[in-house]
Amino acid sequence: MSIFVDEKNKVLVQGATGHQGVFHIGEMKKFGTKVVAGVTPNKGGMKVHDVPIYDNVSDAVVETKANTSLILVPAKFAKDAVFEALDSGIKTVVVITENIPFHDAMDFVHYAKYKNATLIGPNCPGIASPGKTKIGILPGGIFKAGEIGVASRSGTLTYEIVNSLSEKNIGQSTCVGLGGDPIIGTTFIDSLIEFEKDKKTKGIVLVGEIGGTAEEDASEFIIEHITKPVFAFIAGRTAPPGKRMGHAGAIIARGKGTAKSKIEAFKKADVKLAKFPTDIADLVETYV
Amino acid sequence: MKLFEYKGKELFKKYDILTPVGNLVESVNDFSKLKFPVILKAQVPIGGRGKAGGIKVVEDINSAKVELNKMIDMDLRGYKVSKILAEEKASIDRELYLSISLDRSKRSPLFMLSAKGGMDIESVPDNEIFKEWINPLIGLQNFNIRKLLSNLKLDKNEYKELSKIIIKLYRLFREYDCELVEINPLILSKNNIVMALDSKIIINDDSMFRHTDIVPEHVEFTPLEKDAREKGISFIQLDGNIGVIANGAGLTMATLDALTHYNGKGGVFLDLGGTDDPEKVKQAFELMKKAKPDVIFLNLFGGITKCDTVAKGVKAVISEEGIDCPVVTRIKGMNEDIAKDILSDAGLVTATTLQDAAEKSSNYAKGGGK
Repeated sequence: MSIFVDEKNKVLVQGATGHQGVFHIGEMKKFGTKVVAGVTPNKGGMKVHDVPIYDNVSDAVVETKANTSLILVPAKFAKDAVFEALDSGIKTVVVITENIPFHDAMDFVHYAKYKNATLIGPNCPGIASPGKTKIGILPGGIFKAGEIGVASRSGTLTYEIVNSLSEKNIGQSTCVGLGGDPIIGTTFIDSLIEFEKDKKTKGIVLVGEIGGTAEEDASEFIIEHITKPVFAFIAGRTAPPGKRMGHAGAIIARGKGTAKSKIEAFKKADVKLAKFPTDIADLVETYV
Repeated sequence: MKLFEYKGKELFKKYDILTPVGNLVESVNDFSKLKFPVILKAQVPIGGRGKAGGIKVVEDINSAKVELNKMIDMDLRGYKVSKILAEEKASIDRELYLSISLDRSKRSPLFMLSAKGGMDIESVPDNEIFKEWINPLIGLQNFNIRKLLSNLKLDKNEYKELSKIIIKLYRLFREYDCELVEINPLILSKNNIVMALDSKIIINDDSMFRHTDIVPEHVEFTPLEKDAREKGISFIQLDGNIGVIANGAGLTMATLDALTHYNGKGGVFLDLGGTDDPEKVKQAFELMKKAKPDVIFLNLFGGITKCDTVAKGVKAVISEEGIDCPVVTRIKGMNEDIAKDILSDAGLVTATTLQDAAEKSSNYAKGGGK
């Protein structure tokens, strides 16, 4: 099993004809993802890796029955693109785009909720259910199908951790890149709910970082509702307050969002914490 | 982007939010339009200015001259005072706190109101701060205002005036893509005047493309950090002596953290992002060299990015321009073996694991093997 996405997702790519779009349509197809359409205004009729391109999302949905959209459009146009997808009946939206104004993100996250759609990101690498589908820009080669669920606020750090799991022959059920922005659609808690329900998932890895209270919120939820073992790594223990550490969301503001507070919360929830990112694999190995 | 108080007040004026009569002052001549007593306020992006000596009340033009000369060029916790705002002293009846900010967990705008205005909001007990979340899809509604204001004892006129301020604040917050708009204190005076004595506004950097009327003044960045921003490189100066270059914000942070296990300390956070473009790699190394670290620690994970392409870029910049400190590298992922050969050929230290690399970097930084 897997969470959020599997082989039933028919993916359309918004921003399909740019450099990123062309490259990742190819990569996703190699992974086995059902990429059925691309959308770029005024480029309808083109093809990218044999995938038909449409001028707008609703035409693409009617023609191809796409139910999932991958957003690769530039930040200025991202809000419009997400609204178009949701308004055309798309039920899963994965937003890769970085630097989206957070007021825009706030609007489309709420609209997704209103439309009962799953929105992952923004500023995320996407989501992969190994053996089934990969929707995003995550490197396909690092995954191995298996029983560990991963949810993460970081990109490359996730690749490191997934890679070290796969090297130890520990496969993954689904790996969700939640995104590094202050406003994101799918959260740790949303992922925990699904991983707990998923029969195949035997353990859950959370990759957190400074900023906000997502890890603290997750800890409270774990204490109440999660029976599976949870492992975590927190980045930014040495980050100074007030500095935005690369991700828009990675900032200790007004005393909130420190690594210390997150680590303490996780300890209270009996989450096993790794000192180094690659240690996660060793921890998981001893428990699962 | 944090706005200076006087810039924030310009925005308040645009939204018809009352502020004290005042203007920026450079010399005694600039006081001609002001009625004494006047308050001098140093324009620096720090809280607790009063305690640090950045706020002074002056009763007449002579003391204004004395205090102005003292304040200009004063150092307030690392910020040199270059602008001073002079304002007429307002008559205060009650001081409130009012702000609207982003609640990350609820993903919604959050109003906070307190009767304990004029003090640091973090020192106000939680049960004396009243909160109201706004659904961004429907926007601010009257019921939100009613709920928020029901927490204070207000007469009809006060209620009306505060409602107006709340509506204006919400518009400002949304229209200017703010992370925070704070008025502390918001004062009520006997004749029903509601006035913002201070302003604290942070505009979301990512939205600046649609706010061309705001001139960016990134007071919070060092000169090198500003240079990096212009080049589109994520670069932060820290107080240690090891310069970390990695790809991805999370990995860069984790690399800095790893150093502390070996008593090393990061001096630079440089996130290469998803690029393997030799020109970007070159720019990154040039910036790093300007920061003068004792050791450079390059930590790469190649997922989509190919390790060997980055390694070639690194080798090119080092053989062209030289480097006068040890460079420790740890490479993992796509084409890592080719990359390791290229880097050791360029005379760099190659390590096998993150721990190994962090230990080596920390030892070099302490003077070992330098």
